[in-house]
Amino acid sequence: MPGDTLSFIFLNTILANNFVLAMFLGLCPFLGVSGKLNTAIPMGIASAFVMLVSSISAYAINLALVALDLEFLRLIAYITVIASVVQLVEMMLKKYSPTLFRSLGIFLPLITTNCAILGLALFQTFKEYNFSQSLTYALGAGVGFTLALTLMAGLREKLALSKLPGVSKGAALSLMLGGLLSLAFMGFAGLGSN
Amino acid sequence: MNANPVNTKTVNNHAAQQPQTPSSHMIAVLTGIAMLSGFLVVLTAQVTEPMIAENQRVAIEAAIQQVIPGAVDNKKYRLSDGQLLLVQKGSKDPLIYAGYNANGELLGIAAEAGAQGYAGMVNLLYGYDPDCQCIRGFKVLKMAETPGLGDKIISDSNFQANFPVDATVDSDSGKLANAITTVKNGSKKNSWEIDAISGATVTSRAVGKALNQSAQAILPDLLPFIERIKYKEAEQ
Amino acid sequence: MSRPRDNTITMETFTEGLWKENPVFVMLLGMCPVLAVTNSAINALAMGLATMFVLLASSIMVSMFSRYIPKQVRIATYIVIIATFVTIVDYVIQAISLDLYNALGAFIQLIVANCMILGRAEAYASKYKPLKAIVNGLGMGLGFTLALLSLGVVREILGAGSLFGISLFGDQFQPWVVMVLPAGGFLVLGTWLLLFDWIKQRQIVLETGGKETHAR
Repeated sequence: MPGDTLSFIFLNTILANNFVLAMFLGLCPFLGVSGKLNTAIPMGIASAFVMLVSSISAYAINLALVALDLEFLRLIAYITVIASVVQLVEMMLKKYSPTLFRSLGIFLPLITTNCAILGLALFQTFKEYNFSQSLTYALGAGVGFTLALTLMAGLREKLALSKLPGVSKGAALSLMLGGLLSLAFMGFAGLGSN
Repeated sequence: MNANPVNTKTVNNHAAQQPQTPSSHMIAVLTGIAMLSGFLVVLTAQVTEPMIAENQRVAIEAAIQQVIPGAVDNKKYRLSDGQLLLVQKGSKDPLIYAGYNANGELLGIAAEAGAQGYAGMVNLLYGYDPDCQCIRGFKVLKMAETPGLGDKIISDSNFQANFPVDATVDSDSGKLANAITTVKNGSKKNSWEIDAISGATVTSRAVGKALNQSAQAILPDLLPFIERIKYKEAEQ
Repeated sequence: MSRPRDNTITMETFTEGLWKENPVFVMLLGMCPVLAVTNSAINALAMGLATMFVLLASSIMVSMFSRYIPKQVRIATYIVIIATFVTIVDYVIQAISLDLYNALGAFIQLIVANCMILGRAEAYASKYKPLKAIVNGLGMGLGFTLALLSLGVVREILGAGSLFGISLFGDQFQPWVVMVLPAGGFLVLGTWLLLFDWIKQRQIVLETGGKETHAR
């Protein structure tokens, strides 16, 4: 809602309304690249960065669309811009910071199909956040996403060493873990209500 | 407008292996697709717009009927700088609904309210009865409270028995004579208090908070105008 | 640009989306809506049908135009096509029922980011004739809808004691509330996947006469 304070938005988005564990956004990378800690963390950071950039662009586009009374083009505009932003970020990284590009590079194309990015852009519009609220929201979503990914990767690294029935390895196990994590994060609900 | 960045990226990726397609061709294709999709979207938006508006009208009318029993007709108003303005058809932010019976007599006022609950905003529509200066009841428009706990504010008959809740305006201070407050389960003593549901205290408090905030903001400004909107045809 | 491909339509074209390459249970694609909107059977059904429509319509478009689309801009074009149909579905659902629209929330618009649809456009529709793309899209869409339903039905029965909004057990039933909460989505899908993996392993065991019991 427009009246939310920045600290409330930030904490709420990381914990109580975690994008992955409570809102089911960005599950593809959550299940796909959470096998190892040293890939999960860069993926989280890369996503958080793209979230910030696309949040800013989405805010600007929405201003333009509302001014022109073209709200029905919102979805098409958002998705094309997000795809372009990801590409732009990739190209800029390649040119200006080859080291960073090498460590994040392979994750960037995956981010385009991460619905957390589009979800973030849409939700900040629905919630009618202003500019600083949108930025905080994006930051919280990014941190929350990285947190969920890191927790999951840590758990899976440990589990890889333990004996499990063959049938339960793979995606089923990840989902069960996700369920337990989600249960744990439910404990944060009610945060910020008095 | 977004064609160019996307364009350049793919050129980069494929230029090495592919025979070059002239960029004019690529721009032509993208423009063509964009025009086609623009046409389709505008067409759908035009066709469905009246249906969506009708759906919204039916939904809000059903909600009004629930909080103002017997209301068969309504008018939308907006409070602005202490003035009560009739909201024109098609406006997006009707804040106050006046509900009338079949004879065009005012039965009550409905308004939207919202407060932070346990798992997000609890949005309500509540019905105010000017005769008893009280809130008759509310309907939840939107909330994400825990099923089985928070949604008791809808189903729990003891909670619904809190209503009517007193909302008398103190004309001197321009506020409610007694702020609407949520109290611990079983300790309701006055008609302006709301007895919380045990196990859903946070959600119950959100209801009280939403009602109090909205009533404090709207009712003192609205009361001087009640006579003017007493009959449906009285004011245009 | 057009490749010589086998355009004959077989039973396999249709059924691979239902079982062998089921987008949810086998390919693990488009997981966000699978978990987010399956807290009741009716939501699951609506989401499945909406996704199926977008998949079919965009498959037809992509299949028809793929010959004219330069390879360099194909992804951008596919995304625009998909986004167009998602916007259409968004408006149509609003026109049909506001309650349904509110229940599904932003997840209708998030169909755009469903990797299943883009994946199908790129890997299938752009390579085959429209008719074959339709048949395959229908199978994939049905497979997706069935998967959503199988989650929605289980979660609604356990978590709310009802099916399609009709109460099944009467007042005595104490709902297993966790099932309609986010955590329940993970757990139910995990259980379904376990079941599928187990069936597949049984098949392998039966086919090989029990020799590879300890495979994998």
